Amino acid sequence: MEQKENQIVRMKGITKKFPGVTALSNVDFELEKGTVHALIGENGAGKSTLIKTLMGVYGDQYEGQIFIDGEEVKITGPIQARELGMLAIYQDITLAGHLTVGENFFLGSLQKKGVLIDWNRVYRETGEILEDLGIQVNPRSILNDLTVAQQEMVSIAKAVKEQAKVVIFDEPTALLTDEDTKILFSIIGKMKEKGIGIIYISHRMEELFEVCDKATVLKDGEYVGTKQISETTEEELVSLMVGREVTDMYQIEHVKPGEEVLRVEGITKKGVCENISFKLHKGEILGLFGLVGSGRTETIRTLFGAERFDSGTVYMEGEKVEIKSPRDAIARGIGFLPENRREQGLCLALDITTNINLATYDAISKGIHINIRKEKEIAEQYKDKIKIKTPSIQQKIRNLSGGNQQKVVISKWLCRNSKIFIFDEPTVGIDVLAKREIYRLLEELVKQGNSIILISSYLPEVLGLADRLIIFHEGKTMGEISSEELRKCEHNDLETRAILAASGIKNDSKGEEGYGIG
Amino acid sequence: MALDKFKDKKFFSHLSLLLILVVICVVLTIVRPTFLSYKNIFNLLRSMSITGFIAIGMTFVIITGGIDLSVGSVVGFSSVMCGILMKEMGWAVLPALLANLFLCLLVGLLNGVLIHFGKLPEFIATLGTMQMLRGLAMLVTNGRLISGLPASFTDFAQMKILGLPSLCVVWLLVILLAAYLLKYSTYGRNIYAIGSNKEASRLSGIKLGTTICTTYMFNALCACIAGILLTARVTSAQPSAGEGYEMQAIAAAVIGGASLSGAEGSVVGTVIGAVIMAVLTNGGNLLGINSFIIDIVIGGLIVIAVLIEKNKVKR
Repeated sequence: MEQKENQIVRMKGITKKFPGVTALSNVDFELEKGTVHALIGENGAGKSTLIKTLMGVYGDQYEGQIFIDGEEVKITGPIQARELGMLAIYQDITLAGHLTVGENFFLGSLQKKGVLIDWNRVYRETGEILEDLGIQVNPRSILNDLTVAQQEMVSIAKAVKEQAKVVIFDEPTALLTDEDTKILFSIIGKMKEKGIGIIYISHRMEELFEVCDKATVLKDGEYVGTKQISETTEEELVSLMVGREVTDMYQIEHVKPGEEVLRVEGITKKGVCENISFKLHKGEILGLFGLVGSGRTETIRTLFGAERFDSGTVYMEGEKVEIKSPRDAIARGIGFLPENRREQGLCLALDITTNINLATYDAISKGIHINIRKEKEIAEQYKDKIKIKTPSIQQKIRNLSGGNQQKVVISKWLCRNSKIFIFDEPTVGIDVLAKREIYRLLEELVKQGNSIILISSYLPEVLGLADRLIIFHEGKTMGEISSEELRKCEHNDLETRAILAASGIKNDSKGEEGYGIG
Repeated sequence: MALDKFKDKKFFSHLSLLLILVVICVVLTIVRPTFLSYKNIFNLLRSMSITGFIAIGMTFVIITGGIDLSVGSVVGFSSVMCGILMKEMGWAVLPALLANLFLCLLVGLLNGVLIHFGKLPEFIATLGTMQMLRGLAMLVTNGRLISGLPASFTDFAQMKILGLPSLCVVWLLVILLAAYLLKYSTYGRNIYAIGSNKEASRLSGIKLGTTICTTYMFNALCACIAGILLTARVTSAQPSAGEGYEMQAIAAAVIGGASLSGAEGSVVGTVIGAVIMAVLTNGGNLLGINSFIIDIVIGGLIVIAVLIEKNKVKR
């Protein structure tokens, strides 16, 4: 195989399997010196798995070859990856917040003059590096006093100082203003001049065209292709990202939506969501799609009473209702399966029985006395009914697989006799088989006359399952895809439309009604 | 069988604790036969009851993932209130005790409010109330003890019920109540749930504020009872009563398998823990071992108990 002159990283035939899921299958990736190479794909496409493999997060548990500077290496762990010159800048800053910029820079290698630390030299050298990159931050400032953007710049500068050969940016602009983004791009430009190779992960298409040289597209864990940015268009990249066969994975039987069960009017929470309105009908699956931070989850959390909203009204079956706490929402028959089941949905240290009954204890108790027999019955019933794979209902939740954990959360709301189910990312981190089972459950629920709000950042899922789809961008609704369109149109077209809308790009060429601001 | 193994895990850890207890008792009996004498057992039960109350309340707090340092001071405060109300203000026994219980419940409520609504770390909030209450108890008594309490009050501590010390009988009642609450009540489920995951509990409709406040109030109530009974037993109100009890209570709960990260702990475990500690202290006295050595032993026991527990979970 040819070894290109200035190639730093070459990953060849990388395959990474998790129990039950193949996250990456035979993926190739190459990175040259002084270039910015975008890694794109939908959620679940395998971007972060590929990066984590390169960064040694999984140790040597991968198949395939990795070459650094033309030499084959077996990555065995994060420390080795670091020594090979690879460094990732994550969204959550990993510097010491109470120390100064200079201290952070030289942490572990503070220069000494005799026995004392040579502070002047520390701050002078830090200042030089910062200035070189055009970062306007005082080396003597305490890190926590800086803005998020400044902290991010500092961690980038530290990567340069540590002579990283490869720097990985994971959604670096997610928390930055437009102005800060410009500064970031100019820093990236300077890093290129120094010959650093940059892997750039972002959901924001327009950025790629501003800062990247090449883009590699992944889809469902497989390599799709690599394009020169100068020779491609947004549309082409998006179609590469989504160009998959719609399998029967999402084929579920829909029921004809009945009367309105829930209406939300003008929900507004400062800085989070603005004037959100939508309706939900009996037997309907309403999809909410948007990128992380687009306000879809926050809107739903306010609806459920988990967060307060500034203004807006909620009607249930035509009647105005006040929902001030999750307790109120639950009493009105709303069940909520949160985004992060481990942190928000489950008591990991407790058993299946308790978790399933957690929202139902009021109903199976006299005063404070729980009907223990009933409690067990319910747990057994749902264990059998929705096939929670476990030796016993006394098993602790932390010992279950992701899919089975999710089934426990669903059971919790099923046994509470909820009528409206809110599912926020129900299939994240769940293997394919369990996904299908969960889709079947959704089908079952609407057949029984319940209604579902389904939030997902995985487009094929919402497109395939929802009767109607609302798209969120920066706290606003960007439009709606009606059930007719969902049935009629090619899903690939719809996906392209949905992704563009979720990125805040209005595509006027299509000029269709209902695609503007809803 | 995975099923059986799981079912028995808790049972086994209790069993091994019991085993340790039995071994200690057997050894003590062999070396000092007086250990098993009615008089010694009677004293043993009476002395362990006092800290035993607090250990029960503390177990509840620990299950929620919290900690309560104020209970030792509540004991002192409760003792002083007995003295002030009954002796200096001449109240009858019953109203005095009720007023005392009410005041201590307020202290528990304050802890709960500071922790849940004021968002203070449990350690800090209860460290604060601990200092304040001890200071208050010292201030109102000028640091002196109050003796000459009504005999109708102090006699209770000397009473025997079915051959058992009265204090121990009250303790048993509290144990039964606590065991019931943990196993069969919605409140019990709620505190385990909160200890495991606050956010998930809230999103499942559990009232966090109410549950947390109730728990600290229950603990303060237990400490208050301990203070009252201790006062009756020593026949004087002492502002310094209960110093260090909070640590003994935590130790008993931890030896009994409670986890400071929450959602783990049981009444049975804590009771065994408390008995082990009391037996070690009593045995030390009988054998004439320097009590400082007993402290070292108990300290070591805590560390070993947690070490075993932690490494079991890993597997």
